[in-house]
Amino acid sequence: MKIGDHDWHLEPLGKHIWRGRMEAGQLLALARSVKGEGGQLSALWGSDDHHLGAGFAIHLAFMTSAGLVWGSCALAENVAVYPDFEPIFPQAGRMQRATFDLLGIRAESAVDERKWLRHGAWAADTFPLRKGFDDTQPATKEVDEYPFVRVEGDGVHEIPVGPIHAGTIEPGHFRFSIIGERVLRLEQRLGYTHKGIEKRFEGMNIATGAKLAGRVSGDSHSAYAWAYSMAVESASASEVPVRALWLRALFLEIERVANHLGDLGYLGNDVALSFGFMQFWRLKEEWLRLAAKHFGHRYLFDCIVPGGVAVDISGSGTAELTAEAGRIELEARELKAIYDDQATLQERFANTGVCSPALASRLGLTGLAGRASGQARDARIQFPQAPYDQCKVNMATHSHGDVLARAEVRFAELFESLRLIRELVKAMPEGKIFVPLNRVEKVCEGLGWVEGWRGEVLVAVRIGADGKLDRVHPHDPSWQNWPLLEVGMLGNIVPDFPLINKSFNLSYSGPDL
Amino acid sequence: MATHLILQKMFKTGIVSEPAPPADPELCTREQDLHGEIVRVFGQAVAIRHVDAGSCNGCELEIHALNGPHYNIEGLGVKFVASPRHADLLLVTGPVSRNLEVALGRTYDATPEPKWVVAVGDCGCSGGMFGESYATSGKVSNVIPVDVEVPGCPPTPVSLLQGILAAVSKERK
Repeated sequence: MKIGDHDWHLEPLGKHIWRGRMEAGQLLALARSVKGEGGQLSALWGSDDHHLGAGFAIHLAFMTSAGLVWGSCALAENVAVYPDFEPIFPQAGRMQRATFDLLGIRAESAVDERKWLRHGAWAADTFPLRKGFDDTQPATKEVDEYPFVRVEGDGVHEIPVGPIHAGTIEPGHFRFSIIGERVLRLEQRLGYTHKGIEKRFEGMNIATGAKLAGRVSGDSHSAYAWAYSMAVESASASEVPVRALWLRALFLEIERVANHLGDLGYLGNDVALSFGFMQFWRLKEEWLRLAAKHFGHRYLFDCIVPGGVAVDISGSGTAELTAEAGRIELEARELKAIYDDQATLQERFANTGVCSPALASRLGLTGLAGRASGQARDARIQFPQAPYDQCKVNMATHSHGDVLARAEVRFAELFESLRLIRELVKAMPEGKIFVPLNRVEKVCEGLGWVEGWRGEVLVAVRIGADGKLDRVHPHDPSWQNWPLLEVGMLGNIVPDFPLINKSFNLSYSGPDL
Repeated sequence: MATHLILQKMFKTGIVSEPAPPADPELCTREQDLHGEIVRVFGQAVAIRHVDAGSCNGCELEIHALNGPHYNIEGLGVKFVASPRHADLLLVTGPVSRNLEVALGRTYDATPEPKWVVAVGDCGCSGGMFGESYATSGKVSNVIPVDVEVPGCPPTPVSLLQGILAAVSKERK
């Protein structure tokens, strides 16, 4: 398979998914070629392969013109360094820092070597993802010292915010350096919700793993559960019934609709239009109740399982979902007309929190926020898995990269998902919804890739010869997008931060792992 | 102008708020000495500070939903506040990550007595899928005293209300 001018001899690992094992220098060259043709780095993680008779390994997932490429480099025995990918893909920075905290392998001569996920919970010289890690050691309880970058000068001062915020949101620390009300610099310190998810996966059976994967970031449950299932199904060479794939897409679109309705309400709320909040949250509540009525759970938790889905749609479910999708679209269009016509809302949304397309491309902004900054990527469209190869999706993009653009893309994707839902239930093929996975008898790997409502969710899986999970890496699109929130905030005023933050609505739990 | 459109939509929508569920005293895990006295003085009015101590954000979705029009939470005298210093009750989702343990302890200390803690979700009540590990301390009551536990993954807004009201209700189990 060619990327740039070079054939990289990659093996297919699934539809539009490729696998390559190479030397460090080659992996670096592959990264340059991907960058050269306009691709992006999606994920970077490491693994301890000593129990398999090897050393450490570093893994990168690229979005290329040919699909998703999972490139790995096995490091030699006693080697714990790999090439620094940050100069090529700036989004690699935090992933490399996290990889060091968890595994103790380091990007060679990286500029920023500060810790990322490690606060005071474990000692600096122990690494949780090493196989010999002692899980029973007590927390170090050391006070978490973190060297923020200081901005100095006349009239500059800092506002520290968090980790516990004033609203009902996840914990994280934001350090604003400001002059007057203008933000000169925003620096994030995340990792407060680190739950040791990757370690938890080790030794887990495949079915339980799906439940844990779905809880990496609860608001993207279906995206994670599907990506995880895709990965273990590909690893075990199992076939999934077609109807189950259609139902998975239905669940994913229901999840997208629920999240977009909620966010559009909060965007109104953050500019003092509480009418918008109440209306959109009324619609969201009705939508969640519909999901609970027909599928047994308001957020469809545990509806997607390895081998298929756990719940089917009934005839009355099809009829009601079709009718409700139509009604909610009508109501949301009415509300959009009000948002469009509300001068105070438009004034707050427009030109606020701008990420230009050039910056978005350089720093790797992805998913919904990426599409609002001219990054026309959507796995459902460019690299469709079933059923998106039959149910075509229309892409929503915008070029302004401000809060207004992200709201516009949300509206467009909301309407598109409501259309898709009607199409999916109408054309859904008959058949089984679940087939048990093939037994795993030797070490095998798989990768799942799903366009969630926030952006692409990846789950890479290695199953051991005993049929238990050996290494699982779930990747949230928020990894790439958090740094862009720092940049998008520059020059804005502090009171616009909640609005800009909500317009991205990134996950903390997802990248904190 | 959008004002007439807003008014039109409001009248067309009408009131969707539903009656509150009864408090569920079964969810109480602890009774404080002063309980009866506090309830006598303050009634059910309660100011809540939410703390995400490491959840997957699923529980937060349902806490947000509580603020929607169906549940009319402020109409019941329940209000979310921005600071623990203004709060009577901490609504804590878990599992408590070790990285947030110190902040949770400080939030608890900053909340004036008398106070209640409601642990939310399977993870807040038991550690859930994440359990206890190098990275988490498990259930909320491992870290701060808890009065009410509301299980569920995530608990529905109705069970959240039943738990919150149980903390500040005269009924005991």
